[in-house]
Amino acid sequence: MKKIEAVIRPEKLEKVSEALLDKGHHAMTVTEVRGRGAQRGIALQFRGKEILVDLIPKVKIEIVTEDKNVDDIVDIIKTYAHTGKNGDGKIFVYDIEKCLTVRDE
Amino acid sequence: MINSGDTAFIIICTAMVMLMTPGVGLFYAGMVRRKSVISMITLAFVAFAVVSIQWVLFGYSLAFGPDIAGFIGGLDHVGLAGVGLDGDGIPDILFMVFQLVFAGLTLAILTSGFAERVKLSSFIVFGLLWTTLVYDPLAHWAWGGGWASQLGALDFAGGTVVHISSGFGALAAALVIGKRLGFGQETMEPANIPLTLLGGALLWFGWFGFNAGSELAADGIAANAFTVTLVAASAGALAWMGASWIKGKPSSLGMISGAIAGLVAITPACGFVDTMSAIVIGAVAGLLCYAALLFRLKKGLDESLDAWAIHGVGGFWGAIATGIFATAAICGIDGLIYGNVNQFVIQLIDAGVAVVYAFVVTYVIAMLVEKTIGLRVEEEEEYVGLDIAQHGESVRM
Repeated sequence: MKKIEAVIRPEKLEKVSEALLDKGHHAMTVTEVRGRGAQRGIALQFRGKEILVDLIPKVKIEIVTEDKNVDDIVDIIKTYAHTGKNGDGKIFVYDIEKCLTVRDE
Repeated sequence: MINSGDTAFIIICTAMVMLMTPGVGLFYAGMVRRKSVISMITLAFVAFAVVSIQWVLFGYSLAFGPDIAGFIGGLDHVGLAGVGLDGDGIPDILFMVFQLVFAGLTLAILTSGFAERVKLSSFIVFGLLWTTLVYDPLAHWAWGGGWASQLGALDFAGGTVVHISSGFGALAAALVIGKRLGFGQETMEPANIPLTLLGGALLWFGWFGFNAGSELAADGIAANAFTVTLVAASAGALAWMGASWIKGKPSSLGMISGAIAGLVAITPACGFVDTMSAIVIGAVAGLLCYAALLFRLKKGLDESLDAWAIHGVGGFWGAIATGIFATAAICGIDGLIYGNVNQFVIQLIDAGVAVVYAFVVTYVIAMLVEKTIGLRVEEEEEYVGLDIAQHGESVRM
C-alpha cells in the first residue's frame, strides 16, 4: 500500500476532489496548511519597499491506496491542480507499513 | 425655532445611520473569502472617512447650496459657511451631518463592485470623484431643490440618491475593474455567514434611523416610516427565502438578502405609503432582487456582493412602487392605484434618469482612474488576498 500526500492550491481542491470521486477514489483526508516552496513565498512590491509573504495558504490531501491506484491518482491531482505557475504544489508517495481500520475487531 | 424633541430624535437617527456603514462592511466581509475580510470592512470605513471630509468641505454645498439650473448646488456653504446651530425645527448643522452619514454609506455600498481586487489608493481617488460627481448631484436633484424635486418626484429617504446610485454604480465599477481571478471556475466560499448576518442586523437596525429620521421630526410620518420599514424588510426576507427554498435550501444568506431588498425598496416610499402596501413592496422586492441575482450569475457578471441586484434593482422598484402605492391618507399625494397616473410617470422618469446618470458617470470615472493610476491590484497580490497585500494584516476565522 502507498500513501499519497499532495500539497495544492486551496482553490483547486474542489475540482481535484470531484475528479477523484469520478474515478472511484473516495477516501481522502484534507488539512488546511501554510507553506512555502523554492521561490520562498510571494514578494510584493510597495513603492520600493518589499514585503515577503512567507507562508502561503495551501491544502494538503492525504490518500492511502493500493499500489495499482497510485499512478491514476497522481495523474488526476497533477491534471486538476495545475496552473503552470509557481505555487502549484508538490506530490509525495510513501510506502505504508501497516493499515488498520478502527472499526474492525 | 429649534424643537428639542425633534433634535434629540435626529441626533439618535444620525448615529444609527452611521452604524449602517460598518454594518455594510461586515455584511460584505462575511461573503468574501477569508483573505479579503479585513479589506472589505476597511473599504467601508475608508469610504465613510473620505466622504465625511469631502462633505463638510464642499459636498454639502454642492448638494444643498442654492440651485444652479436644477442640476447642482452652489458653493455658498463651502467649509460649512452659514451652516449654524440654529434652524427650522432642528439645527442646520444637524441636518448637514444627518445627510453626511447617508453620503458615506452610499459609497460603502458601492464597494461591492470592487470586492477583493481594488487598490486602496485608487479607491480613495475614485471615491472622492464619485461622491462629488454622482452622489452630490443626485442628492441635489431629490432633496436640494434640483429638477427631480421641481418635477414632483417622491424620494423620502433616498431610493434614487442612495440605492440606485450605488447599485448601478457598483455594476459599472465591476465592468471596468473586471472579474476576480478564478470567478466562475472556482467556488468562492463565503468566509463567515454569521458575520454577514450580524452586518445585516446592524443595517436593519440603522435603517429605522435612515427612514424614520428622514422626516426630520419626531411625528406621525416618522412613526409610519418606522412601521413600514419593519414590515417591508420582513416581507422581503420571507419572499426571498421562500423563492430560494423552492430551488433548494432556505439559506440564511438569502433570508438576510431579502430583508435588505425589502428595506431598499421601502426607502423612497416610506413617508408616502401605508403598512399593507409595504408588505407588497417588500415581498415584490425580495422576489425581484433574487431574480436579478440569478440573472447576474447567468450572465457571468462579477458584481461580487450584489449591490446592483439588491440596491440597484430594489431601488428602482422602490421608486416605481412609490408612484404606485402613495396614498393621500398618509402624505396628501395619491399614486397609480388611486388613479394618479401622473405621479407614476414622474417616478419612472426620475428613476430612469438616475439609473442612466449613475451608470454612465461611474463608468467614466472608473475608466479615468483605471487609465491613469490603475484600479486593480497586481495578480499576485490578488492571489494572496487584499488583507495581506493592502493592509499587512490577516484574520483567522
